[in-house]
Amino acid sequence: MIVIVDYGLGNLASIGNMIRKAGGKCLISGDPDRIAGAEKILLPGVGHFAAGMEHIHSKGLEAVLNDKALKQQVPVLGICLGMQLMARHSSEGDVRGLGWFDADVRHFRTEQMQSLKVPHMGWSDIHLAGTHALFPAVEEQQRFYFVHSYHMVCDREEDILASAEYGYRFTCAVSRDNTIGLQFHPEKSHRFGLEVMKRFVQWNP
Amino acid sequence: MRRIRIIPVLGIEGGQLVKTVDFKNPNYIGDPLNAIKIFNDKEVDELTIVDIRASKNKAEPNYRLIGEMAGECFMPLAYGGGINQADQARRLFDLGVEKVIIGSAFYTNPDIVSQLAVRYGAQSIVVCLDVDKGLLGKWKVKSVSGTRKQEQNPEALAIRAANAGAGEIVLHAIHKEGAMSGYDLPLIQLVSAAVGVPVVALGGARGIPDFLDAIQAGASAVAASSTFIYNRNNVRSILINYPTQKQLSEELFNKI
Repeated sequence: MIVIVDYGLGNLASIGNMIRKAGGKCLISGDPDRIAGAEKILLPGVGHFAAGMEHIHSKGLEAVLNDKALKQQVPVLGICLGMQLMARHSSEGDVRGLGWFDADVRHFRTEQMQSLKVPHMGWSDIHLAGTHALFPAVEEQQRFYFVHSYHMVCDREEDILASAEYGYRFTCAVSRDNTIGLQFHPEKSHRFGLEVMKRFVQWNP
Repeated sequence: MRRIRIIPVLGIEGGQLVKTVDFKNPNYIGDPLNAIKIFNDKEVDELTIVDIRASKNKAEPNYRLIGEMAGECFMPLAYGGGINQADQARRLFDLGVEKVIIGSAFYTNPDIVSQLAVRYGAQSIVVCLDVDKGLLGKWKVKSVSGTRKQEQNPEALAIRAANAGAGEIVLHAIHKEGAMSGYDLPLIQLVSAAVGVPVVALGGARGIPDFLDAIQAGASAVAASSTFIYNRNNVRSILINYPTQKQLSEELFNKI
């Protein structure tokens, strides 16, 4: 069972819809006991980083998430804010994150944006830095839906799975062992996202 | 290549898909779920659904239908119509709607925008400005299906919406609605330059050249209704359509 972590932020119904369409079984829960029993974890989220961490703390979820991701090493997929929370720090609210990636979350460098407006809201092509079980090895350009004002900046090159361009190249997917984070929304990205979700349902890192 | 969002807008009334011209004479198009399935197959960037009479009739959003529609949407979905309390927005988000569009309530209960933005993030709160052009060529913002005039001008209201926390502004030119005579480009220029948040142009589009014009005038995304619903060669026959990625790349994305 995939547990979609409900910490009070994000459109969980859409993610549940897409997982079911991808052939997976899922449960939406913010209960630490339920999360402890998960085979896979999906960390969703849209909204403010500091609010996200605050909710995780107030629901007492940090310990169980750390245990699942780092000790038990079950597959974990973070989407949008859920990806960002895996970093050690965000300038959105100047608070620490879960720290699974040696990375910081920073606002788009607006001085490099020309006339582009922030948030980055819309579809962008992604450029994979290597191969990963969640992405098909196909010729066709993969495009995904993004909504964000902040993006992750990694210390370690090898954590970067994909980048996209908005004003400049930024990291839009990170992976390390059993954890993967996507800045974009596969649950809102048609067949491109469905493919990623299908692969997550089947993934055994 | 920079992609621009191209957003079909579907009007609903009493559970049916309708198209109006200048907020009048609703033409019945068909079953909204069927239309959404077609737009899914065509891989549209995003979809907007507006209940065109909910505010005027003081009706609640049709949650059952919206939930069914959201379940079919594997692209972002925005919903507007009849939202005047934060609770309604929460219910819509729970159904799988990504963005709520605040129209009439922005004038009667402006706090709703900031309340929702703080709670759900600016990216999920859209304010729609319905702008009409008067006899003397002056723009007038209207609410409640175009029946009530607002005092402030479009750019002042757009700034107010952005300051309240709206993550996006849909700039709807009523006088262009269903006219298929191109967007109101000076209006787009004026409002886009006034705010830092994305402005979505709506009203008047005939096709890709108009989308390009709107983007060059400063819009961050474009929306349209008639052009995606009617057959281009026979304006009164219904043909749900959307440009291919190839067309969009060649005729739009590569030109911006």
